Amino acid sequence: MRGILGWGVHLPYRRLDLATVAAVAGSGGGKGTRGIASYDEDTTTMAVAAARAALLGVSGPAAAASPATATATTPTPTPIKTLWFCTTAPAYQDRTNATAVHAALRLPRATAAYDATGAVRSAVGVLDAALSGAGSHLVVTSDLRTGRPGGADEAAGGDAAAALLVGDGTAAAPVLAELVGHAAATEEFLDRWRTPGDLASKTWEERFGETRYATVGTEAWNALLAATGLRPEAVDVLLVAGTHERAARSVLKKTGVPAERLHDPFVRTLGNAGAAQPALLLASALENARPGQTIALLVLADGADAFLWRTTDALATHTGPTPTVADQIAQGALLPYGRYLAWRGFLPVEPPRRPEPARTSASAAARATAWKFALVGSQNTDPQHGSKQTESQHTDSQHPEPHHPVHLPPSPFDTAPHPAADAEGTVVTFTIDRLAYSPSPPVVFAVVDFDGGGRLPIELTDVDPAEVAIGLRVQATFRRLSSADGVHNYFWKARPVRPVRGLPPGPEGIR
Amino acid sequence: MASHGIKDRVAIVGMGCTRFAEHWDSGADELLRTACDEAFAGPGLAKEQIDAYWLGTAQSGMSGITLARPLELVGKPVTRVENYCATGSEALRQAAYAVASGAYDVAMAVGVEKVKDSGYQGLNAFPIPGDGTARTVTAAAMFSMVVPAYAAKYGVSAEDMRTVLARIASKNHANGARNPKAQFRKEWSVEQLIAMPRVAGELSVFDCAGVADGAAAAIVVRAEDALRYTDRPLYIKALSLVAGNGLPLGDPAYDYTTFPEIVAAAEDAYRQAGVTDPRRELAMAEVHDCFTPTELVLMEDLGFCERGKAWREVLSGAFDLDGDLPVNPDGGLKSFGHPVGASGLRMVYEAWLQLRGEAPAGRRIGTFGQRELALTHNLGGYPGEMVGFVSILGTRLGPRSGAGSGAGSRVESVAGSGSAA
Repeated sequence: MRGILGWGVHLPYRRLDLATVAAVAGSGGGKGTRGIASYDEDTTTMAVAAARAALLGVSGPAAAASPATATATTPTPTPIKTLWFCTTAPAYQDRTNATAVHAALRLPRATAAYDATGAVRSAVGVLDAALSGAGSHLVVTSDLRTGRPGGADEAAGGDAAAALLVGDGTAAAPVLAELVGHAAATEEFLDRWRTPGDLASKTWEERFGETRYATVGTEAWNALLAATGLRPEAVDVLLVAGTHERAARSVLKKTGVPAERLHDPFVRTLGNAGAAQPALLLASALENARPGQTIALLVLADGADAFLWRTTDALATHTGPTPTVADQIAQGALLPYGRYLAWRGFLPVEPPRRPEPARTSASAAARATAWKFALVGSQNTDPQHGSKQTESQHTDSQHPEPHHPVHLPPSPFDTAPHPAADAEGTVVTFTIDRLAYSPSPPVVFAVVDFDGGGRLPIELTDVDPAEVAIGLRVQATFRRLSSADGVHNYFWKARPVRPVRGLPPGPEGIR
Repeated sequence: MASHGIKDRVAIVGMGCTRFAEHWDSGADELLRTACDEAFAGPGLAKEQIDAYWLGTAQSGMSGITLARPLELVGKPVTRVENYCATGSEALRQAAYAVASGAYDVAMAVGVEKVKDSGYQGLNAFPIPGDGTARTVTAAAMFSMVVPAYAAKYGVSAEDMRTVLARIASKNHANGARNPKAQFRKEWSVEQLIAMPRVAGELSVFDCAGVADGAAAAIVVRAEDALRYTDRPLYIKALSLVAGNGLPLGDPAYDYTTFPEIVAAAEDAYRQAGVTDPRRELAMAEVHDCFTPTELVLMEDLGFCERGKAWREVLSGAFDLDGDLPVNPDGGLKSFGHPVGASGLRMVYEAWLQLRGEAPAGRRIGTFGQRELALTHNLGGYPGEMVGFVSILGTRLGPRSGAGSGAGSRVESVAGSGSAA
């Protein structure tokens, strides 16, 4: 039995209110909101967040919460043969982006890391490859959906990442949704396209793509029915993912599945996440599914792919990652349209009058991979070292030094790694820096004490300055600090821990 | 092993300092010439009579050639030193130790910074290739974190903290207004300063050091030779430098209300000089007020008052020009400006003027004539990761007479005392 062993989703914190678009762009926008990646997020950082959620959701926090005994790599419930990274918007070309995700997840060196980038359809291609092969594969899909200001793609797109752990299942990580069948249909026609380097795609007349997708989508769907003996009315949940919204609606009618079984495509809340949309829908469906249900996924992208899944009894006891998709949707906060345009490079705003950061040194970064990409500090667990009372010259003895102080960044004199990425922390003191260089000033900066040891002065993100206070609880998040000479500087920031369980947006939710 | 110091073995016999300003028409070469010429003129020395030179500059030039070229020095040893914002003090320390060692009879310490050619406001560090994980916030932001930490620890309200910081800036602006060499010469009231917009935490631009170009210089000789060059030398009582290890940054016990490196440097300097009650023994102090909360914490770290009490002392005017212990009578970094490599020597320059009675009457310290010791304090870096420097300078050789008041004063008789006369 092969299928899905776990899932993880990252929805960026910010949303764009589509009703605010037309006042600036003259047209476009519409009703509802869309998800927008922060200025310090790209498809690689979002992929890291989704993949971390997937692995934590499978192994549970227990595996990650024993850093003192951690070895060089993260304990995973099943050896991961391949890490796949899929996106239409890779941060780099001509080099693999998945290696950064691999480093952030602290996967073993023997785990391969591959990119499948360029087209929305590469995501389902990789999913099929992972399901067809042997062993466990982590399929991470991540997309940053842009469109020219005022255009349909801007309003319809949404930025998100979703990861699926796929394999045969073990006692520790059983199959939660078994793959029952997969059918594909391929056809060459021009619906949307983008010249490499462009910020936005172009599309052909909408009606042409709609008719082509109606045909090819029905073809794949009928092939799936034939191969699996499925009756349409037996489908409990239908997921339709595709960049052509009208085509998705017309294909739905041809599936024979009752319309109320269609899973919310998040058109009014998140927008279409492109390459990440199929896995995002699957994750959301699994979070709400019961054992023994039938879930169908139809993907319309340069052809069509139809997958059929059946949830297993193991799903009943699987807690899954937190926050859930629903929680993350509820946690979102609005960002003004002008700020969004600046973040995406459509509105070049005046930069701070400070020098831009220098290019990151490749060799220095290579020496610091565990720290830079996975936030692994160090600790001296040598028993003789533990008697040391204090290491700095502070005169305040109110807070006795722990016997084995944690060093963030790692000390070359320590004996054991101390992974800190999964620990939450507390703000000790903070500042708002309106002078420092940032792609999106001001810089919100805090001194954070992490649970389990270690203090790090660290930049905050996904936060409004007015929210920050001493005592604020934060969690680490992998981000792109800046880019220089085309080199992206990845490192960790911290962001507030937000309330979960479907709480309505509070005062900070909608501004 | 011990830090013995060089008390009374070296004297300063000549000093120079340019005006600190946006010197759009002068480069580092012109600034160096101006400061050195003033220093040469006092004792009547020519550049050829200086045996060795130390040049402090953070990033306005590399190597001793940065000084040898504009001075057209021939066959002289010139060493460029750098130690963050304590660079100027480091140059003095090297020159003084070189004379104390007996290697040279006459040495010169020079500091310069040409800051305003960068095209940016504020100070910007020279980029060193790295892994990209270093903090990128400004110094203002790092020091601004002292404000909420201090307020929380000692129960000071946000309004009181804001007033205290403004009081420090107002005092230093008032002093600078009376100093023709200061960058900013306008007085600002506490109310005006409180109303300024914030740029980093609770700090406004008026809580930050002035960014200026400038240079300063000092000539040092063996103490026994001092009176050959001037009848009013300043004797070096202590020079202390501590480089932090950065560990407090990652230490959950560090609370951002003190600078451990400064505490250590001050203890060492007081021991070298034999000072036991700085508040009563010092005539004045020039401290590194890069930001107003820095000066607040320094009052405690340097032992000028008890922990948690500096904010009240500031409000009561204890560190005003006519206060109990005048601090930054020349306006400090705040008002005099902060050309990095020159600032440490600029502080000594003010001690030179004040202790010799050469400061204009309008900004003469209230302790003049009663006390004979001055302290200069210079730091570089950030809370938790800094280099700290403290010097103590005096007008007389040997253990000085007591501070005149207080039981803490000591009158000791030591051989050599008064031998300079």
